Amino acid sequence: MEPLNHLPGGDGACRSFGHVSRRTLLRWGASAGLAWLTPVARLLAREAEAAPRGKPARSVIVLWMAGGPSQLESFDPHPGSAIAHGAKAIGTSLRGVRIGEALPQVADLLSDMTLIRSVVSKEADHERAVYNMKTGYRPSPTVVHPSVGAVVCHEGEDPGMDIPRHISILPDQWPARGGYFGAEYDAFQVQDPQGPIQDVSTEVPEARRQQRISDLTVVEDAFGRGRMPDLDRKATLHQLTMQRALKLMGSEQLAAFDVKQAPASQRAAYGDTPFGRGCLAALRLVEKGVRCVEVTLDGWDTHVNNHELQRKKLAVLDPAFAALIRDLKDRGLFESTIVLCGGEFGRTPKLNPFEGRDHWPYGFTVAMAGGGIRRGYVHGATDPEGENREPKDAVRVQDLHATLLQGMGINPEKEIRTPVGRPLALSDGVVIDRLLRG
Amino acid sequence: MKSWFRNAVFVVTLLLVLGGVAGRFVRRERFVAPEPVRDPGHAETSVRASASRVDAAFAAEWTRARVSPVPLASDLTWARRLSLALTGTVPSVEEIRAFEQVSPAQRTEWWVSHLLQDRRFSDYFAERLARIAVGVEGGPFIVYRRHRLVTWLGEQIHRNRPYDALVRELLTAEGLWTSRPQANFVTVTVDQNNEAEGPDEQKLAARVSRAFLGLRIDCVQCHDDMFGGPWKQRDFHQLAAFFACAEMSLTGVRDNAEKAYEYRYLKQKEKEVVTPRVPFNAGLLPAEGPLRQRLATWVTHRDNRAFARTLVNRTWALLFNRPLHKPIDEIPLDGPFHPAMEVLVDDVVANGFDLQRLIRVIATTEVFRRDSRNADPGHPVTPEQELQFAAFPLTRLRPDQVAGAILQSANLRTIDADSPVFVRVLRYLQQNDFVKRFGDIGEDEFDGFSGTIPQRLVMMNGELVRERTKEDLLMNASTRIGAVAPDDDVAVETAYLAVLTRRPTPAEKAHFVDRLRDNSGEDGKRSHRMGDLFWTLMNSTEFSWNH
Repeated sequence: MEPLNHLPGGDGACRSFGHVSRRTLLRWGASAGLAWLTPVARLLAREAEAAPRGKPARSVIVLWMAGGPSQLESFDPHPGSAIAHGAKAIGTSLRGVRIGEALPQVADLLSDMTLIRSVVSKEADHERAVYNMKTGYRPSPTVVHPSVGAVVCHEGEDPGMDIPRHISILPDQWPARGGYFGAEYDAFQVQDPQGPIQDVSTEVPEARRQQRISDLTVVEDAFGRGRMPDLDRKATLHQLTMQRALKLMGSEQLAAFDVKQAPASQRAAYGDTPFGRGCLAALRLVEKGVRCVEVTLDGWDTHVNNHELQRKKLAVLDPAFAALIRDLKDRGLFESTIVLCGGEFGRTPKLNPFEGRDHWPYGFTVAMAGGGIRRGYVHGATDPEGENREPKDAVRVQDLHATLLQGMGINPEKEIRTPVGRPLALSDGVVIDRLLRG
Repeated sequence: MKSWFRNAVFVVTLLLVLGGVAGRFVRRERFVAPEPVRDPGHAETSVRASASRVDAAFAAEWTRARVSPVPLASDLTWARRLSLALTGTVPSVEEIRAFEQVSPAQRTEWWVSHLLQDRRFSDYFAERLARIAVGVEGGPFIVYRRHRLVTWLGEQIHRNRPYDALVRELLTAEGLWTSRPQANFVTVTVDQNNEAEGPDEQKLAARVSRAFLGLRIDCVQCHDDMFGGPWKQRDFHQLAAFFACAEMSLTGVRDNAEKAYEYRYLKQKEKEVVTPRVPFNAGLLPAEGPLRQRLATWVTHRDNRAFARTLVNRTWALLFNRPLHKPIDEIPLDGPFHPAMEVLVDDVVANGFDLQRLIRVIATTEVFRRDSRNADPGHPVTPEQELQFAAFPLTRLRPDQVAGAILQSANLRTIDADSPVFVRVLRYLQQNDFVKRFGDIGEDEFDGFSGTIPQRLVMMNGELVRERTKEDLLMNASTRIGAVAPDDDVAVETAYLAVLTRRPTPAEKAHFVDRLRDNSGEDGKRSHRMGDLFWTLMNSTEFSWNH
């Protein structure tokens, strides 16, 4: 939908003047021609110039910490306080900023990143919180929202891509979905990329495979009789989809999944774990032009024995995350790729009787890097006593999404007419300019 | 795991598998004898009369809209539709043989009864109803047992419990989610992280309005309707207030009349206690009694036509893969509706919300029997004909139906409650795995979802199709047909019946008989040729679509 249809006083949907974006006003102004001469327009134009420069990022890599990582042992330690419960912190390449001791390699790269230590949400149940974090909306019975990767794919075109543009590596039970954009925007799911990916190769010899496919014509011809002449193109899309699947099966781009083709030293840097291999595959896929890769590291739901279990997971995350950032920089992809690392919520400041930490949506950390994201910045702060549920400079999940989309050059306020007929903005959050490079 | 336990599990599994394998060889070919010829009873006559009224309503509508209906489909096409709708699979070759032995005049009644009596029907419909009532989400960890609810629903459907009574139980159940499976309708809404809060009134009101009233009153949860609809924010919260009494206790869900529902309306400063009120037909609400029971009586009241319409619309959608009124959960209270909707609503109310009878009536109509193509290829079916049900709408099968169809096609016999345990367990596991790979569509089963590349990859290269079409004399129909069919003509024909529930056209038969005869090359094995034929049929448009 064009923003012009949504000027104030339009169809009356929950919209106030404050909801109109700067961009909308600019277009409005532009369409009004002479309005450029007004002082307001000049002011708006000046503001527009202050927007992030350079090309927006084209790809996003989501390192998905399923189960809810503890902010206290990772990116938001409060060493020495009661809520640390003995967890230690180390210095980083960013002066005065300390992170958990289990992330030494990431600590060295912190000057390239932004840490948002004040993310807040209203969802503390895994399923609902995952939905919330991945889509930027809370679950609704009316409509299924798309994950951020689906939005990025929907808003960009990549005619040269044979392989899927939205990929989930090591998916758990709730991988990124296409939502109201349709199942074709669902993330393509692949397991540990150390072996061949599932379902892209046939076990029968080539001659038989060809024969099977050519035999299909006979059956399709019989089915087509008495139906629309362009049934496949207009209605079923069956054969068209099949042709695209066949193209994928024969594509050289598939090699990007095969991390065994990478040098041994590079593989070692990511760590010999499925997640490490997943991050390496993500790098190789983004290099090929894939828009969004989600790599899942499961097992953060530490209701029991928090410190030890978090430490084990952090040991997997640290080399993979750091190697990914280093390689993106080495290959000139850091400016065009945004990396986001986080889970569905954080964990309680207080230990429970089983030395575990429970769900905590009132202030947890998301790390971001690359693209137009600010370098070497820490946003927000949580209470060192763990009492206050309102962190300083709180960032709502939807604001995180709006900011990420803005960084991808996508207008978060763009409205999409959903299948239920209701127009819906890509994100209903507010762009946090401080997280973006000025 | 203790090693003795592992050993025990291994031995038990081994025995089950061996027993099952032995069973397959020992058991004689099962013969599903058609029921004896008898005069149509009163019930059957009445079903036919109702079906005719539905057909008359459609005929009038077609005249008005100036569309002409296409001819009726073949018996087998009709049988496939009904089997997919009621059991989620295509008919087995065994069933097709039995079906064709019944005289044409009695096939409709026989086939509908055959499917309705089958446990596959109640199990399959229970899952569909559960999606409507509680959705697909895992729900709160401890207090929600979705599986128990599905089993309970299956039992009710099998016994043909009146639908209104079933819904009343869901709305009013007290007790533990384990011993009183109905209570899961309420406990699925419990917020795990806020246990003091108990069941969520708003989620419950949203479910009731969509699942049982065909209304989207929940759209006005936060503000009055802004799209010209009749609903006010108060309508939704007054409906929610009926669930205020439901709370969690040591004995599960129970009613506490003391509890009130409070809400702060838009533009108000303070929360207020919301008085329970129904959004329409207030005269049908009992004045006395516990809140949830009053609500349940009102929702399922025979004069509350919104309830009956929703049931008709959902059942129609389950049979046609497309609702009579779109969107499925937004049926205006005062119309306009399709005239057939009112005929079916009258019928279902007059017959005490008999779900099985409703299915019989719809399945017996000529509308359900229309072909999805025109006999005259010069005048192909138009979108308008599909829209008016003057041609059977072509719809994509749901992932569970595709999985069911693959598994059944690969077996000559019906996979049902009588199948050996290991066949059923294998079916269950393979089906779940397939649906996961193929992509479950969740609650919105009739949204005209699109096919995807991963789905085609799963069909072409995935484990299930590969396993079920490879050389395997014991497990796979393709190999068995190839080995026992007296000639190539019969082999090709049986393969078509197994996979596509029809016989091949002369051109198809000639083509594939030729392919079977060609035993040149390294892969000239007959079992491979048969596997290739199955693969091709399973990868056709026809296989993945309801037609």
